[in-house]
Amino acid sequence: MTDTNSLQEAPAASGGRQPVGIRLEGVTKRFRGGVVAADAIDLEVRPGEFMALVGPSGCGKSTVLRLIAGLEEATDGRIYIGDREVTYRLPQERDVAMVFQSYALYPRMSVRRNLGFGLRMRRTRRDERDRRVHEVADILGLEHLLDRRPSALSGGQRQRVAMGRAIVREPQAFLMDEPLSNLDAKLRVSMRSQLSLLHQRLGTTTVYVTHDQVEAMTLGQRVAVLRDGVLQQCDTPQRLFHEPVNLFVAAFIGSPSMNFVKATVEGGTVRFADVRVPLPKGSPLASADRRVILGVRPTGFSAGTGNGRPEITLRPEIVEELGDERYVIFDIDAPRVDTDATRAAVDAETADDALLVPDERARITVRLPGDVPVSIGEPLTLSIAPDKLYFFDPETGSAL
Amino acid sequence: MSTVGTPAPPAPAPAAGVAAPDQRRQRRPRGRRSQVLTFARYLALFALACFFLMPVYALLLTALKDPGQVSVVRMWELPDRFSLASFRAVWPELKDGFVNSTTMAVPASIISSLLGAANGFVLSKWRFPGADFVFPLILFGMFIPYQAVLIPMFYSLSRAGLTHDLRGLILAHIIYGLPITTLIFRSYFAGISDELIEAAKVDGAGMLRTFFFVALPIAPPAFAVALIWQFTSAWNDFLFGVLLAQRTEDWPITVALNNIAGGQTVPFNEAMASALLACVPTVVVYILLGRFFMRGLMAGALKG
Repeated sequence: MTDTNSLQEAPAASGGRQPVGIRLEGVTKRFRGGVVAADAIDLEVRPGEFMALVGPSGCGKSTVLRLIAGLEEATDGRIYIGDREVTYRLPQERDVAMVFQSYALYPRMSVRRNLGFGLRMRRTRRDERDRRVHEVADILGLEHLLDRRPSALSGGQRQRVAMGRAIVREPQAFLMDEPLSNLDAKLRVSMRSQLSLLHQRLGTTTVYVTHDQVEAMTLGQRVAVLRDGVLQQCDTPQRLFHEPVNLFVAAFIGSPSMNFVKATVEGGTVRFADVRVPLPKGSPLASADRRVILGVRPTGFSAGTGNGRPEITLRPEIVEELGDERYVIFDIDAPRVDTDATRAAVDAETADDALLVPDERARITVRLPGDVPVSIGEPLTLSIAPDKLYFFDPETGSAL
Repeated sequence: MSTVGTPAPPAPAPAAGVAAPDQRRQRRPRGRRSQVLTFARYLALFALACFFLMPVYALLLTALKDPGQVSVVRMWELPDRFSLASFRAVWPELKDGFVNSTTMAVPASIISSLLGAANGFVLSKWRFPGADFVFPLILFGMFIPYQAVLIPMFYSLSRAGLTHDLRGLILAHIIYGLPITTLIFRSYFAGISDELIEAAKVDGAGMLRTFFFVALPIAPPAFAVALIWQFTSAWNDFLFGVLLAQRTEDWPITVALNNIAGGQTVPFNEAMASALLACVPTVVVYILLGRFFMRGLMAGALKG
């Protein structure tokens, strides 16, 4: 895959097959012992779409993928691939290909036989099989490795063989279960763009499971966010970021994650700490008088003052330098938001650092350009963009 | 794989025991006290190893002695010269037993291992409802003593007309081997990643093809264990042999050996030579198959 030219010139491996969609209707998976890994999930993957399933570990995203593959049987609901209902079909009858996190290459077979195995199982003619194996090996830059065993390959090469094994079958859908998570960071980023390119080239419907929201956002044409087996929101990356339906999605999507404070809405303004911000025009909360959870992205603050926007003065506690930008972290005099949803969404490390915050105060992260002078402990005045505020119900967590 | 420790020739132990302390002392100088302790420990181990090897020593020595020099008094003495005369004397009587035992033990161990592999595969990687109930039932077979089933087994096999050649004996060994071979393969396959089997399923392989194309190629280490175990127990079995091989020309080697060594007036150089001959095949099988014990057949399948 290092050679992108071959990728562009290679004939479409899907052989001009019309892509089909995948539809889940009320799919539930209850394991023995009562764990519900998928709870009445309705999901439609459009023909040829790249759908990313994302969520924290244990949210059921892999189970959903395995349900589509037929490796788990649904307790309830229906699964369609194209127009065909496959709910109770065996995996081998579903015509999907899966890429596993561990790659799961057949250890005693050469790369050539690994690639050709699926075709052989489907009784494809030998000359046709050879042709397709070579074609895919050419796309993925594996020609010179065809006679090696998987044990003689590097991690990235194994990953490509696992990919190739799926592509060569020209299935109706690719199912990928964290295929990049065993690669080192650099290779992962390059494989990510290669994957995008590959999907453009082949146009095969793809369901991609990852716990990494960056990977999901960059790869997925649409992203489905899951939590505790429940589908939270399925939308384009843009809409997920800008219009999260609830606190969990808001906290999960975006890096660094959204800041939350407890706030009060009254008389057309929202108040937290000693700051009052007028609500944006046409806000449904304009006439409300209630408590809310206020969310602000780290990009919702800007350094310029005097532009008529509400301002906040703070003392930076931590400054993280990233070169052309920096993250400024500070406490404000408002209670910290600590709900199940926010805790589930953030990594363990960030949850831990909340413990270091005194007096249960909210901690805010702000992203500023690198040329704004910032020093720890010195007062800094920032302006807040009213149209970049998010409001959530403190009880239900849904967006207001 | 600890189960296969039994047939391992213990001979290398004393040699290693002597060599090790010297090497270690060169590598890492130690206190005098711990040197003495180490020496004492190896000395004790060496003495015990010698003690346990005494019967083997007597067996080898007596079998290889010139028949004229064999006597109880000079049992531990090295002979003036070695001779194969004892072997030549007993070979004609053992030859048929050798052939019979081979004809019996080879198919018995291969078929039993193959069936055990299939059992182990469906019990660990292609599970069916009730697998957790069936497996203990199969294992239970290991704990039924031979004597308990002897009479009904003989009765059914002879009614089926299988006791007039080796078929009945082979069948008995295959069936009696199933619990242990099933256990060996089930444990082995349980250690294989589920994703490998799932990959084969998604690739379109059914149960049989997953078994033959994916599971069997990575099973040689388990086959080595199962074959060694099965071959050794079938070869060494006496009870089934004497019962189920009705005609004298079908007797396995253990029965033939018993007829030589069990007699009243047999010179014991001949008894020792027969015993030595009778245990050669199991050692050979162990040496031939032992190299498949090596691990690493799964290398490259997973992320690595």
